[in-house]
Amino acid sequence: MSSRSDFFRETFASLRKDPLGMMGLIIVVVILLSAIFASLLAPHDPLEVDVYNRLQDPTWQHLLGTDQLGRDVLSRVLFGGRIALKVALVAISVSLGVGLLLGMLAGFGPTWLDRLLVVCFDTLRSFPTIMFALAIVALIGPSLNTVIGVIIITSIPVYARIVRTQTQALRNQDFILAERAMGASTARILGDHILPNIAAPLLILASMDVPAVVGMEAGLSFLGLGVSPPTASWGSILNDGYSYLRNSPWPIIAGGIPLILVTLGFTFFGESLRDILDPKLRRKGGAS
Amino acid sequence: MTTPVLDIRDLSVSYHTDRGLLRALRHVNIQIQPGRIIGIVGESGCGKSTLIAAIIRLLAPNAQIDGGSVLFRRNDLLGLDPEDMRALRGDEISLVFQDPMTSLNPVMTIGRQMTNIQYRENRSKAQMLARATSLLERVGIADPAEQLKRYPHHLSGGMRQRVAIAMALMTEPALLIADEPTTALDATLEVQIIHRLQQLQRDFGCAILFISHHLGVIAELCDEVVVMYAGEVVESGTTRDVFLKARHPYTRKLLECDPARIEQATRNLPVIAGKLPDLVDIREGCVFRSRCDSSIDRCARQRPALDGGDHCAACHVAGQ
Repeated sequence: MSSRSDFFRETFASLRKDPLGMMGLIIVVVILLSAIFASLLAPHDPLEVDVYNRLQDPTWQHLLGTDQLGRDVLSRVLFGGRIALKVALVAISVSLGVGLLLGMLAGFGPTWLDRLLVVCFDTLRSFPTIMFALAIVALIGPSLNTVIGVIIITSIPVYARIVRTQTQALRNQDFILAERAMGASTARILGDHILPNIAAPLLILASMDVPAVVGMEAGLSFLGLGVSPPTASWGSILNDGYSYLRNSPWPIIAGGIPLILVTLGFTFFGESLRDILDPKLRRKGGAS
Repeated sequence: MTTPVLDIRDLSVSYHTDRGLLRALRHVNIQIQPGRIIGIVGESGCGKSTLIAAIIRLLAPNAQIDGGSVLFRRNDLLGLDPEDMRALRGDEISLVFQDPMTSLNPVMTIGRQMTNIQYRENRSKAQMLARATSLLERVGIADPAEQLKRYPHHLSGGMRQRVAIAMALMTEPALLIADEPTTALDATLEVQIIHRLQQLQRDFGCAILFISHHLGVIAELCDEVVVMYAGEVVESGTTRDVFLKARHPYTRKLLECDPARIEQATRNLPVIAGKLPDLVDIREGCVFRSRCDSSIDRCARQRPALDGGDHCAACHVAGQ
């Protein structure tokens, strides 16, 4: 149906009027592209060691200098972006999906199920994330998958709780009652009526969650709980740079700036999206 | 004698509350013949909404049905298994809600909602849209094809209520239940919607169960009236009989309170003195006795039953 493409066109048109949101979108797109085409953009192999040229300041050959093993920092940052976004994409989509399912079950299902699920969510949320991550890593060893797993487990309750609250708010609305009175099944009510009503806030939340997840991956990798050493991640670049901060500030700068950019880009974009999609804040309501 | 579309017999429903069992409906009898418009009138809390919920079996979780039956074309709805009941809703029995501002899904276009509810029909998308367009036309919406592309918030209250009515009539139900469909609308729209409903009733031939506390609307629209008080039917009959020759004291008082009947300008609108009886602790005798001017000793001892006939009342002192 054409109303869907209209929706995107309208949203984009509103986004263009918001400079901060547009800037966010541009940053997001640039980061996405640089991660996707990292192998084409990177001037060097991110793992190529050149100890004679270690800890160099930026030169035309190494635009962001080299690290303590002489590896090209720019290439490492580009490949690190891949890791960061891969973690964000996988972790957020899985936790969003599972959280959506559990949240709707809790919000629409019988009371005992709701109580049970809420207790589970609360229990999971009550662990400090880093402690939880340390425990998991101690159990199964550091790897990228562990990082993704930890993020998924700690994010599911966040999404599920929001979905649950929204579902509960909607389940007693007249139009849901009307659907029931018109003979709609529970699956139809959830899929056709509840989901579209909670999709917008969820997408906004997911977009705002990207910086948090990227930051968490960087943090875990910085602590050595994430990717294993030769692999480039923003966190491991920061960790390497931190040890040699007195010799060269460039790895820290190069690893820190993309983190800041991701945070700013996705937050601006998410906030702008929220203003556009929230019907109460919408300025004009012209026909689509 | 034709089979009634809906035959409610001796229906009693109560709610579990913290204070005990609240007996919301007691021994209610209502019959709806095919193609008739029946109005149910009564003040807030008299059990109108419980009655609707019991008919379509969407009662609140703390409700229980104490007895009686709801026969829809001779099938007892109360005994139907949930899937069969679901199949009946929206197909044979449809509902129009009170507040058109909240009864449509805010994030879907009218067109999508109207095609969406046709999922049970074996129609192509184009046929569904055509059906939606023709129904919008029949409920009196100008430029229906254009309206289908709009969202509910683009439409006015009257338009939305028309859309809701169109959606309820989509499957040509045998029974349309309208729960105060004009209460949220202003007076001029109310008249338009009432006339439209009459027109549609003639076209579709469905029976309509119309709930309202607006006497004027009932008088205008309905063939028969059922007056409810505190969960009981106190009087029923043709609209003409009930309005012109009210037998139950409650009905008479209700009619006196209708602002449309007041002839002089007054600061004090007439009221029925007293308040609704406590439905958790129902005492013996007539429920209306505490507010009634003409009660006799017998009213305190014995609950009056509805007398027979076309125009019946539940009162010991009601004259014939």
